[in-house]
Amino acid sequence: MIGEQSRWAPVFAGMTVLRFFHTPRGDWKLWIAAWRAMLVMLICASLTACSQHTDPHTLTFWTIGREGEAITQLLPEFERENPGIHVVLQQLPLSAAHQKLLTAFAGDSTPDMTQLGNTWLPELAALGALEPLQTRVAHSSIVRPDDYFPSIWSTNVYDGVLYGVPWYVDTRLLFYRSDLLKAAGFDAPPHDWNEWRRMLAALSHPERGVYGILLPTNEYEQLMSLALQQPDSLLRAGGRYGNFESQGFKRALTFYVDTFRLHQAPPITNIEAGNPWEEFGRGVYSFYFSGPWNIGEFRKRLPATEEADWNAAPLPGPVGPGASVAGGSSLVIFRKARNKQAAWKLIEYLSRPEVQGRFYDLLGDMPPRRSSWNQSSLRDDPKVQAFREQLERLKPTPPVPEWEQIVNEMQLVAAQAVAGDLTVDQAAAEIDRRADRILEKRRWMLDHAHHAASEAL
Amino acid sequence: MNRQHAAWLFLAPAVIVLGVFFLLPVIGAFALSLTDYDLYALADLHNLRFVALSNYWALLHRPLFWAALGHTVYFVVAGVPLSMLVSLCAALLLHSPLARCKAFFRTALFAPVVTTVVAVAVVWRYVFNTKYGLLNYVLGGIGIHPVDWLGDPHWAMPAIILFAVWKNFGYNMIILLAGLQAIPSELYEAARIDGASTWRQCRHITLPMLAPTLLMVGILTVSGYFQLFAEPYVITEGGPLQSTVSVLYLMYNEGFKWWNLGSASAIAFLLFVIMFAVTELMLRAGRKEVQA
Repeated sequence: MIGEQSRWAPVFAGMTVLRFFHTPRGDWKLWIAAWRAMLVMLICASLTACSQHTDPHTLTFWTIGREGEAITQLLPEFERENPGIHVVLQQLPLSAAHQKLLTAFAGDSTPDMTQLGNTWLPELAALGALEPLQTRVAHSSIVRPDDYFPSIWSTNVYDGVLYGVPWYVDTRLLFYRSDLLKAAGFDAPPHDWNEWRRMLAALSHPERGVYGILLPTNEYEQLMSLALQQPDSLLRAGGRYGNFESQGFKRALTFYVDTFRLHQAPPITNIEAGNPWEEFGRGVYSFYFSGPWNIGEFRKRLPATEEADWNAAPLPGPVGPGASVAGGSSLVIFRKARNKQAAWKLIEYLSRPEVQGRFYDLLGDMPPRRSSWNQSSLRDDPKVQAFREQLERLKPTPPVPEWEQIVNEMQLVAAQAVAGDLTVDQAAAEIDRRADRILEKRRWMLDHAHHAASEAL
Repeated sequence: MNRQHAAWLFLAPAVIVLGVFFLLPVIGAFALSLTDYDLYALADLHNLRFVALSNYWALLHRPLFWAALGHTVYFVVAGVPLSMLVSLCAALLLHSPLARCKAFFRTALFAPVVTTVVAVAVVWRYVFNTKYGLLNYVLGGIGIHPVDWLGDPHWAMPAIILFAVWKNFGYNMIILLAGLQAIPSELYEAARIDGASTWRQCRHITLPMLAPTLLMVGILTVSGYFQLFAEPYVITEGGPLQSTVSVLYLMYNEGFKWWNLGSASAIAFLLFVIMFAVTELMLRAGRKEVQA
């Protein structure tokens, strides 16, 4: 908040002023608001200026989303083991986290360490905000790279330098209604796209409002997972250009769009989908393409008597079992952290297999290390075995800071193709055009002399 | 100290405040709009490029900007008259001598203005729900097929307009009510003696006397509605198919989601120019009307 207000004060004040200029209605109100904001800013700035330097044993740690709640139960033990360290936790809501991290960097008020989604890691690494961790890992007896799922580990490496340690993994696969599949004559979940297509056809009855699968048209994860299964990479020439006109991406997009054209998925967004868990329970959808946290959601929202009627399966690929996206969060230390040693201790503590096992019990976040999967509750739960299998077949997204923006554009264009406004070829060309525009600055950076300077920063 | 110096001394606080909080930021934002300030520039100022007007040029060649402008204009053109009509009707009803419990209704009708957008948006998302929504239930009652309010690109904007009108009409209603109360009752008395019907009283006394208030309310509403942001942000997130992306929404996405502050500033300035022109036109039209 401090960084947000101070660094961008001119911009915010500019917007306030612009509004002031053309809304006579709010003139005095806005003046008061502006003054109040300034006052708050000054107070906050002076308060943190004092508090930041009082306690050298304080470790500030930012978490994003639900993890913040669960971790409060793991921290007391860490503080008992390390009496000198006091962890100050700040929980960021997911929707505001990205902005907050960037503004904290801009305002020079980054914490010691944070949880960081691994698609955001390239962005902060490119900013030079993160501390390289290679030497610490090399000397650690707890964090052992070979125990981690390799694809997840590789998402923490940017330009050959390690910046984070995976905390939990997130991927996308298929939840399915085993009873409905059985009733339609299928004994096992699909292994490849052809089989999947046949099941979708048998299970869709659009005239009754029943569909094979729910693919919200404003979520990019599903199409991205299908695209990652392809041999072609999504960007080409070292992340300088989009590669969406490749055969592979077009194949994925065709499969995705066909699912809607054949009325095997309703063309709706997740806002309209409302309560997909209940509809899955009622059999409106036989497949649900989503992530690990939904095991908990389904258990919570569906009656225990229906527990045997649903299960999870690894993602089918074009020919045989397919890959899925390597998502999740890592733990990173900021370059400007005051307490790097304590931060690394906390990372080591949270990386212990038994702590990760407890973390899974608290929240359902899946551990990134193979040895953590030998913990009892993970070993014995039949529903998570599909994830265990999928984790060996993950593919990371292209490690460029612009990826999030590109993949958002990809989904916007794909939604137009779903609506029938564009053909698959047109859509692929349009995604490439937009990706190339977004990557323009990156190309300039890579070709520019300042590249070396910014690397050294 | 001569009089002129003294005058400047008295003006100084206001001039300093205006300079620091108005002039400097505007100049700063304009300067920003001439660069490609982005994430890379945030990391290292050497990565900042001066691009002159190419942010503006790129915007004018971007279909999404024109689409956003189109959606915003649609929202203004459809939303403002509707909003004012509802406000006027509500004000007339409240002003009517037949109305009972005026204080209660005044508060109740004003309540949406002071509620949080985010909170009521959640409620309205349920109202607009295709399968379970109240609106489709009512429409179903009179034999109209369910409308996919938030999922159909053609219906999403009308849904947003409906929500915005409901949310905002109370504000204008209060201003118009004050305007109505300022009309001398002698005029109505004289009209009744002359045998004028209620409609003619409304047409020839109420509306002309209310004209200046209506013009002011109109300008306020237009400039407020041009800044459409919160409603699509919380109800549709700009969708479906970006059919509810407004200019301000586009600016927010560019600036605070993707951190392209250069092009976000350019959007802000373009919107400023457009709104300035529209407000100026309305004021001129209003003045001509008053003179005529």
